[in-house]
Amino acid sequence: MGDIAAELEATVRAAAASGTKLSIVAGGSKSFLGRDVAGECLDVSGHSGILDYQPAELVLTARAGTTLTEIAQCLEDCGQMLPFEPPVFDGKATIGGTLACDAAGPARPWRGSVRDATLGVTLINGRGERLRFGGQVLKNVAGYDVSRLQAGAMGTLGVMTEVTVRLLPIPAATATLVREMDAAAAIRRMNEMTRTPLPISAAAWLDGKLYMRLEGAERAVAGARGKIEADFDSGDESIWRHIREQSLEFFKGSTPLWRFSVASNSGHRNADEPWLLDWGGAQRWLRGEFDAQYLESLACDLGGQVSLYRHGDRSGEVFHPQVPAMRNVQMRLKKSFDPHGIFNVGRMYDGI
Amino acid sequence: MNASAKTDDGGKLALAARFRELLRADQIIVDAESKRPYECDALPVYKAMPLLVLVPETTRQVQAIVRLCYELKVPVVARGAGTGLSAGALPDSNGVLVSLARLSRIIEVDPDARIARVQPGVRNLAISEAAEEFGLYYAPDPSSQIACSIGGNIAENSGGVHCLKYGLTVHNVLGMEIVTAEGEILQVGGRGLDTAGYDLNALFIGSEGLLGIVTEVWVKLLPKPEHARVVMAGFDSVLNAGDAVSAVIAAGIIPAGLEMMDGFAIQAAEDFVNAGYPRDARALLLCEVDGNEDEVLEHVERIESLFREFGATSCRVSRDDAERALFWKGRKAAFPAAGRISPDYYCMDGTIPRRKIGAVLEAIQQLSEQYGLRISNVFHAGDGNLHPLILFDASVPGELHAAEELGGKILELCVQVGGSITGEHGVGVEKLRYMLAQFNDAELAQFHAIKDALDPAGILNPGKGIPTLRQCQEYRSIDASGGAKR
Ligand SMILES: Cc1cc2nc3c(=O)[nH]c(=O)nc-3n(C[C@H](O)[C@H](O)[C@H](O)COP(=O)(O)OP(=O)(O)OC[C@H]3O[C@@H](n4cnc5c(N)ncnc54)[C@H](O)[C@@H]3O)c2cc1C
Ligand SMILES: Cc1cc2nc3c(=O)[nH]c(=O)nc-3n(C[C@H](O)[C@H](O)[C@H](O)COP(=O)(O)OP(=O)(O)OC[C@H]3O[C@@H](n4cnc5c(N)ncnc54)[C@H](O)[C@@H]3O)c2cc1C
Repeated sequence: MGDIAAELEATVRAAAASGTKLSIVAGGSKSFLGRDVAGECLDVSGHSGILDYQPAELVLTARAGTTLTEIAQCLEDCGQMLPFEPPVFDGKATIGGTLACDAAGPARPWRGSVRDATLGVTLINGRGERLRFGGQVLKNVAGYDVSRLQAGAMGTLGVMTEVTVRLLPIPAATATLVREMDAAAAIRRMNEMTRTPLPISAAAWLDGKLYMRLEGAERAVAGARGKIEADFDSGDESIWRHIREQSLEFFKGSTPLWRFSVASNSGHRNADEPWLLDWGGAQRWLRGEFDAQYLESLACDLGGQVSLYRHGDRSGEVFHPQVPAMRNVQMRLKKSFDPHGIFNVGRMYDGI
Repeated sequence: MNASAKTDDGGKLALAARFRELLRADQIIVDAESKRPYECDALPVYKAMPLLVLVPETTRQVQAIVRLCYELKVPVVARGAGTGLSAGALPDSNGVLVSLARLSRIIEVDPDARIARVQPGVRNLAISEAAEEFGLYYAPDPSSQIACSIGGNIAENSGGVHCLKYGLTVHNVLGMEIVTAEGEILQVGGRGLDTAGYDLNALFIGSEGLLGIVTEVWVKLLPKPEHARVVMAGFDSVLNAGDAVSAVIAAGIIPAGLEMMDGFAIQAAEDFVNAGYPRDARALLLCEVDGNEDEVLEHVERIESLFREFGATSCRVSRDDAERALFWKGRKAAFPAAGRISPDYYCMDGTIPRRKIGAVLEAIQQLSEQYGLRISNVFHAGDGNLHPLILFDASVPGELHAAEELGGKILELCVQVGGSITGEHGVGVEKLRYMLAQFNDAELAQFHAIKDALDPAGILNPGKGIPTLRQCQEYRSIDASGGAKR
């Protein structure tokens, strides 16, 4: 627990003056995500501590380097949680890094992403100015939404020093159900069920099995269970943790891991390949050596995008390519925050 | 205000001639009488005549219009339904107003993916109507939902009664097609839950038409809840009611809607619609819970007992959907009800942390006495979004001015307690000067840098949303000289 914002600010100012590139690191060990980036390490993990927690407001403000584990422990006492069910990875993940990567777990389609829960940030921009955007209230439309813009920006727009997020009560009851079926049938089933007002909070398919999680008030879960139990069995709840933490056998080894973010109901393709479907069909993982262009056109067919998530060549582009007009907008946006090009340059795309 | 338009009739006609190469004659409105309906939005305190009103029917036409404006450096203001409350769609007297009203097609409803693809001029409520046959709906429900357009909702990040549980516009839009200030067509987001790169959905939503013109939208649809009930409770003080609101949330219940009305608003609404509100109450809470029937019953029991514990003087639960609608009717009619008891009213919009509700309402009451203007409070208590209605009579010299000044004091109060100068109506022209209460110069400069990145020529909705540094200096020198606050 500590406040090193002033030091971070000074470092950024010096880097801006000398044009020194910085690589922002919080929990560390995340070199696998995004592209390789050179630069002096700017360690923000020392900037940690919960600053404000108001259970009745469902709002928490923490320094960006605070670990998710610390936050979860604090929330649990009041029966609350971070809605986006983020991976905690050996306790290393921080709230700043989680927002920068928009890293959300299986509940994401139902409870929203990190972006959705974000209410405010304090950010040191590339001019070394510490700026506050958003705040602690749910509704705030004064100025542009710079806080939510940080989600998935991978630290290329600035160093976050404080993050305010919205919380949810921990559901009173939960149940995990499982049933054998193939992936194509699972996609249909997940979408069918998501269309109805069942208290679903996760739906995933792997190894020939569809897993569903129900969460809510005691009576809601019991009622919903009654409705769908006929053809499902009770499943092991730990499946969700393993999917979230990527600790399943599926994720092990050094074969490239591809992430598809697509329309939830798009058809199942390349059925012989090793797939894991999450987010009710909207997030699909694929293992193997593939031609990136081939997967990109496949992703477009499925109504979305693909990225080379882990392993493989991290020196080339790893995220879905952008059309020139989009690339132009993104370059200019980067420049508006980071005119001297010092933050995580190239982590997202070449030059960004 | 429209001096240049008058002196520049020739310029206007020459401009119209250029647009005639792109649009049919009936899509270009030149004469003053036909332009009149576009001179303001729902905040008619601000009015201006644009050079021309253009009514495109396709994305390509919007693109062609913006390209020409970019080439000629002519300001472009987009307009949806004109229900905005901060003069965001106020025309620029040296520019064109682009009405998106004819881009009003629901292109597709995909019930399996729970997505609707619509044009920007589609009315908010029309989306839910189209999704109804599939048991789905579009969650954000601004009170203006019968009239306002989804394009305007995106520009203002509109919210409604249900956003405590279901989020704002930003939580319910997956993607958009946007015409940039330079006339490029961008696809932002898509049918998946996220895309790589910067989250431009987040940036565009709530940007008040300053960064691009929305020409198509993919919205998320949700399954209609099986069951819903409203608990209506009267309290003898707003403080108790405020505490009861916090108690519900702290108990782990997220209501679908949680609204508060003060004594004044209760009377006005009851006179107007006879919803059965307790006339003697000083504060009324309407708390809706939805979901599976069992869950709703479980939560209703909890809420009732919490309300009584926090001093409710009366408590009723809606027995059926008709009664639920009746309970809401008074709330929804609160603005017109105020219109019946006062010649004019000024609707403010600011947010505060929930726990400050009692204290802020007391301070507002003091301001009301100090200015000699009545204030009726009806608001989204669940998310701390206040809508004080300042009642005044514009025919009395100085009253409008006093109402505006009082409104400004309330906004400054919101920021002081940790809130915002606008929760859902936007900054527009109306609140430009109060941006200084919430942001410092470096923060405002960062906003300008974003604007310059996306609109280097500054042609999109100029003069709105973010005060220029020169305006900031002006506002400050007025304040420093102790002159009128407005
Ligand atoms: C599905 C999934 C699987 C993952 N698997 C693993 C794993 O096995 N092992 C592991 O160690 N991690 C893993 N991660 C990554 C990691 O857990 C999350 O991304 C994590 O939340 C990052 O937190 P961190 O604090 O460690 O950030 P870092 O890894 O240090 O940084 C991540 C990114 O955020 C930026 N950043 C961090 N802090 C800030 C800040 N304050 N301001 C601005 N930018 C900032 C960094 O520059 C970098 O671009 C995984 C993530 C996901 C989504
Ligand atoms: C009685 C009443 C009740 C209201 N209740 C609520 C409420 O509960 N919640 C709430 O949030 N608001 C409310 N409002 C405010 C208003 O209805 C919303 O702000 C609405 O979103 C405006 O939509 P519109 O189509 O009328 O937009 P307009 O008023 O036409 O425009 C608003 C802004 O959007 C921009 N714009 C419009 N279309 C586009 C486009 N296609 N691309 C880019 N920019 C565009 C305009 O330039 C302008 O800046 C209420 C208004 C009234 C009159």
